[in-house]
Amino acid sequence: MTGPIGLYLPGRSVLHRLPAGAKLAALVVAGAGSLFVRTPTQTGIAVAVVLLGYAVARVSPRVIWTSFRPLLWVIVPLTVFQVVVVGWEKAMVIVGVIVALVLLANLVTLTTRTTDLVDVVVRVCEPLRVLGINPERVGLMLNLAIRGVPLMVELAGQVREAQLARGHNVSARAFAVPLIVGALRRADELGDALAARGFDD
Amino acid sequence: MLIEISGVSHTYAGRAQPVVRDLDVRLSEHRVGVIGANGSGKSTFARMLNGLVVPSEGTVSVDGLDTARQGREIRKRVGFCFTDPDSQIVMPTVAEDVAFGLRRRGLSKAEVAARVDATLRARGLDGHADHPAHLLSGGQKQLLALSSILVTEPDLLVMDEPTTLLDLRNTRRVADVVVGLPQQVVLVTHDLDLLVGFDRVLVFDETRLVHDGPPAAAIKHYRELMA
Ligand SMILES: Nc1ncnc2c1ncn2[C@@H]1O[C@H](COP(=O)(O)OP(=O)(O)OP(=O)(O)O)[C@@H](O)[C@H]1O
Ligand SMILES: [Mg+2]
Repeated sequence: MTGPIGLYLPGRSVLHRLPAGAKLAALVVAGAGSLFVRTPTQTGIAVAVVLLGYAVARVSPRVIWTSFRPLLWVIVPLTVFQVVVVGWEKAMVIVGVIVALVLLANLVTLTTRTTDLVDVVVRVCEPLRVLGINPERVGLMLNLAIRGVPLMVELAGQVREAQLARGHNVSARAFAVPLIVGALRRADELGDALAARGFDD
Repeated sequence: MLIEISGVSHTYAGRAQPVVRDLDVRLSEHRVGVIGANGSGKSTFARMLNGLVVPSEGTVSVDGLDTARQGREIRKRVGFCFTDPDSQIVMPTVAEDVAFGLRRRGLSKAEVAARVDATLRARGLDGHADHPAHLLSGGQKQLLALSSILVTEPDLLVMDEPTTLLDLRNTRRVADVVVGLPQQVVLVTHDLDLLVGFDRVLVFDETRLVHDGPPAAAIKHYRELMA
């Protein structure tokens, strides 16, 4: 059900109830901490802790697998490359840390409503007001971008099907033009809808 | 609410010909329908009612407010439902989208949650609150778009072909919502069945209002025009 961008999975676990700010802060700390991971054992512990987090959040292994699978395209070649260049032990550490961090970030998005995450960003951006940046607009932009991903995927699918139906081979240009036109039309309508719903300043 | 349209013509920027001409009409009925051929100016007319389009000539006032100067004030009280729900839903999940209209209204988080909940329940969407909006069916999406508008309790609801993309069952659902609304409604549609029980129907043809009256006579006039 969830796409490549991990989407919120409703639940009542401790992790779901934790404030979004705390979870984002933990993610930042984990990112910084990952620089100090040196041995395969430490890496194994890091991955295990993250997986434990999934268990606490009661996310099924199937969901973990669907969000992890697209990453294999990156992970597998990276692993091979690292094993050849730095040897398997260091490769395990490097790749393991990346896997742990990605899984952790995914865990945060799975257990936190998008609006709550965006609200944190808006609060963090609050000092930018002095520079003339409106944090609320930054938040809206983020929300629209997240909302826009499935719309673009759907649009791309429609363009592709329409071209195949007319017997075209899908060339890059023949694909890009209707996609961009479609996206601009959508953006136009979305602008009207936003104005109609009172977001017009 | 009284909608007063006086001496209105509209030409879009960069176009030579007006798309709405010499329009003078006052609307205060509970249910007003708008029908007419493709390109006759219906959507332009509808967009004038909440100031999305400000006419290049003449004035439109809603409850005494001028759309040219008080557009934002008017949009707080006039809800607008478009044809394609995908262009109206701005937030990633169902409940978030409904809550979007309530921001900056000075409501507490609990009040917002309660109103969102009540609105979703009334439309039978309460089981989908945390679902990504793009996974809903077309009919559910349009009901969500409607919920997101109605949660702000507008005094007037303008709808531009809200059922054009829907199947019969979902058209019926949206129609049932409209019938039950306490609000004043202006509905643009190509689905003439929706006009049953309406107080007044306007027929547009080639930029002009050519007929204005009860549904049966208006539909007859429209059929003759299209014959
Ligand atoms: N933003 C715009 N800029 C320029 N021209 C426009 C714009 N919107 C509409 N038009 C033109 O104005 C005319 C009237 O369009 P309008 O959308 O009001 O018709 P309509 O009655 O709603 O038609 P339909 O039944 O197809 O929805 C058309 O010729 C259209 O091409
Ligand atoms: Mg139209």
